[in-house]
Amino acid sequence: MSETRNPARAQILDGIRRSLHRGDLTDTARLAVEQRLAVPPRGPVVARAQLPAAEKVALFCQWAEANNATVSRVAAADVPDEVSAYLARNNLPAEAAIAPSPQLERYDWTSQKLLNLRRGRGEARDQVSITGAFAGIAETGTLVMASGPDHPVSLNLLPDTHIVVLREGDIVSGYEEVWTMLRGRYGKNSMPRTVNTITGPSRTGDIEQAIELGAHGPRRMHIVVVHD
Amino acid sequence: MQSTAHDFKDNVGTALADPNLQDSLAKLKVGFSERRRQAAERLPEFEALRDCARDIKNHALANLDFYLEEFERKVIALGGHVHWAPTADDARRIIGDLCKSVGARTVAKSKSMVAEEIALNEHLEALGIAPIETDLGEYIIQLRHEPPSHIIAPAVHLTKDQVADTFFEHHAPLGFTKRLTERNDLVAEARHVLRQKFLDADVGLTGANFLVAETGSSMLVTNEGNADLSNTLPKMHIVLASIEKVIPTLEDAAVLLRVLARSATGQESSAYTTLNTGPKRADDLDGPSAYHVVLLDNGRSSVLGTKMQDMLRCIRCGACMNHCPVYGAIGGHAYGWVYPGPIGAVLTPQLIGVEEAGDLPNASTFCGRCESVCPVRIPLPGLMRHWREREFERHLTPRAVRQGLALWSWLVRRPKLYRWATQMANRLLSMFGRAEGRYRSLPLAGGWTRFRDFPAPPAGGTFHAQWARHGGARVRP
Repeated sequence: MSETRNPARAQILDGIRRSLHRGDLTDTARLAVEQRLAVPPRGPVVARAQLPAAEKVALFCQWAEANNATVSRVAAADVPDEVSAYLARNNLPAEAAIAPSPQLERYDWTSQKLLNLRRGRGEARDQVSITGAFAGIAETGTLVMASGPDHPVSLNLLPDTHIVVLREGDIVSGYEEVWTMLRGRYGKNSMPRTVNTITGPSRTGDIEQAIELGAHGPRRMHIVVVHD
Repeated sequence: MQSTAHDFKDNVGTALADPNLQDSLAKLKVGFSERRRQAAERLPEFEALRDCARDIKNHALANLDFYLEEFERKVIALGGHVHWAPTADDARRIIGDLCKSVGARTVAKSKSMVAEEIALNEHLEALGIAPIETDLGEYIIQLRHEPPSHIIAPAVHLTKDQVADTFFEHHAPLGFTKRLTERNDLVAEARHVLRQKFLDADVGLTGANFLVAETGSSMLVTNEGNADLSNTLPKMHIVLASIEKVIPTLEDAAVLLRVLARSATGQESSAYTTLNTGPKRADDLDGPSAYHVVLLDNGRSSVLGTKMQDMLRCIRCGACMNHCPVYGAIGGHAYGWVYPGPIGAVLTPQLIGVEEAGDLPNASTFCGRCESVCPVRIPLPGLMRHWREREFERHLTPRAVRQGLALWSWLVRRPKLYRWATQMANRLLSMFGRAEGRYRSLPLAGGWTRFRDFPAPPAGGTFHAQWARHGGARVRP
C-alpha cells in the first residue's frame, strides 16, 4: 500500500504540482536539487564555537553545566573511579546498567569492587545508566548518541541518573560536524535507527512555565569528559 | 476537534472574565518573550539564521513534490513505510488500521498539533483504543477534557492549583490520595503514572518538527523525553506529519533548530532533539519493529503557489502568540480551534473555512510584533489582511461594518468634505470635555465605550489642521 503508486499519493503530488503551476521538475531543476542534496550547503557559521580544541572542550563544559548537567574532567585511567565517586557523592546505589560498548570496555571497571554493572539495554528498574557518546557539540553543550548494539536508546531515557563518558576528541563545534561524522560512519545512504541529541537532563515548563527537571527522562545527567 | 471559532466574540467575553486564565496569561507575557529576547541577543548570528531559515523553507516548498518523494524513497530503503493522507479522514483511517494491525489497546502519544487537527484521539477511542497523552501539558488537559491553548505549552492557561486539583481527582483511584501543592511533586507524580503507561503501550505515536529528505528521518524536538520513550519502547512507531514539514538536508535542520528553540522558549537548545530513521535494526537491543510515517495534506497543497504560501513556512515555535497582545489578553481557547494566536488567525480560515473562522483575522491590531519575531519571517499581518479581504468579498462582514466602511470610503474620496467633517467631529468631541484625555462613554459609540475608553482628540485641531499650521513641514520633536 505504501510502497507502490497509489491514488492518494498521486492526488497529493499532482495537487502540489498543479498549485505550483508546473509538471514534474524539469531536468535542469531536478539536477539543481539533486546537487543540493549531494553537497548540502551550510547556513551561517556560529562564531562562538569556532575555537581551538582546548577552548572548544571548555565551551562544551560551560554550556552543559548551564543546561543543568554536571561535568567532571578526568584522565582515561580515572573514569571508573570518577563514576563510583559520583554515585557515592549523590547517595546513589553502586549499581548501573552500562552500554555494551567496546569504547567503554577500555576502562578497567573491575577496579571498582563495589560497583555492580549490568551490560544491556535499559530496564524499568534501572536507577543509573552509563553510556558513551558519539559526539559532543560545543555550541550548546549537547551530547550526540547514535543507537546500535553498543548503545541501546533506552539507556538514555529510563534511568533517573544518566552518566555519559565523552572523549575530548569527540567534541566538535556544531551540528554540521556531527552530520559529517555520521555520514563517515554510516555512509551517505544510511543512518542508525535513532540519533538522540541531548542537552542536559529532562525538563518541563508545563506548569506555570517554571522549569522542573526530570519530566520523563533522567533527572540527573553527569558527563565525564576524558582527556585523550 | 470541533471548532467554536464562529463564537469568537462570546469566547473572548468568557476568557476576559476568567480570573485563573488572566493570572496564567500575566505570567506568559513576561516569561516567553523575555527569554526569547535574551536568547536572540546572545547569538549575533540570529538574524542571519532567520533569513537562512526562511530561504530553506521557501526552497523546500518550491520543490515539495521532489523532497517528499526523496523522503519516501529513503524511509522505504531503511525498512520503514510511508502512507499518504490527502484528508484528515484518510489519516485517521490509516492510523486506526495500523493500530488494529498490532492489536493495540493503548497508544502512547507525544504532543502533536496535527493529531489535534485531525481529531485523532476521538477516532481511536471510537475504535476502543486508548490514546494516552504523555507530554505533561497534554496529559493535564486530556484529564480535564480540554483542548490545548498554546501550540508548545498546551496547559499554559492553567494555574498550579488547577493542576493539583486535576491530579488529586484522577490519581486518587491509582493510590495517590494526597493533594500535592509543589510543582516538583506534581511533575514526579505524573512521571510515575505515565512511566507504566509507556511500558504497557503497544504503539507510540509522535508528530515531527521536520522530515529530512536526505536521510528519510523524522526529527522531533522536546524537553521532557516523552517523545523518545514513545518512539523506543512500544513495538510500533507511527509518525504523523503534514507535508510541509519536509526539508532537504541535515544541514538545513541545523539552521532551523538554532532558530526554533530560541524563538519558542528562549533555550539555546531543547533538551531532546531526535532523528528517527526506520525500525529497530537486526542487532539493535531496543526500538520498535515497525516504523510508519503518515503524510497529511489536508488542504496544504492548495495553498502552494498562492499569496498565502508563506504560512506553510511555519515551524510551530509559538513566538507569534507569545508576543501577541490579543493572545495575551484572551489566551488560546477563545480562538476556537487547534491553532491560536496570529498563526491560528491565518491557518484556521484556510483549514476550516473563512465562513467558520472569519473573525480570527479581525482580532489583530496589526501591531506587527508577530512578524517581527517570526523565525521564518512569515508576514502574518499581511496574511491576516488577505483573509479580511476575502471575508469582505464574500459578504461575511456584518452589515453595520459594511455600511460604516462604505460611508467612510465615500467620505475619504471627497477631501474637502472629509476635512470639514473631521473638524466638526473634533469640535463636537471637545464640547464633551477632554479633561481626562479620554471618554468613558460617548453617544453612538456605546459598542466601543462599554469595554474601553475612547481616546480624546489632542488639542490643536485635526491632524490636517496642525499640518497646515506648520506649513506642511515635518514637526521635529
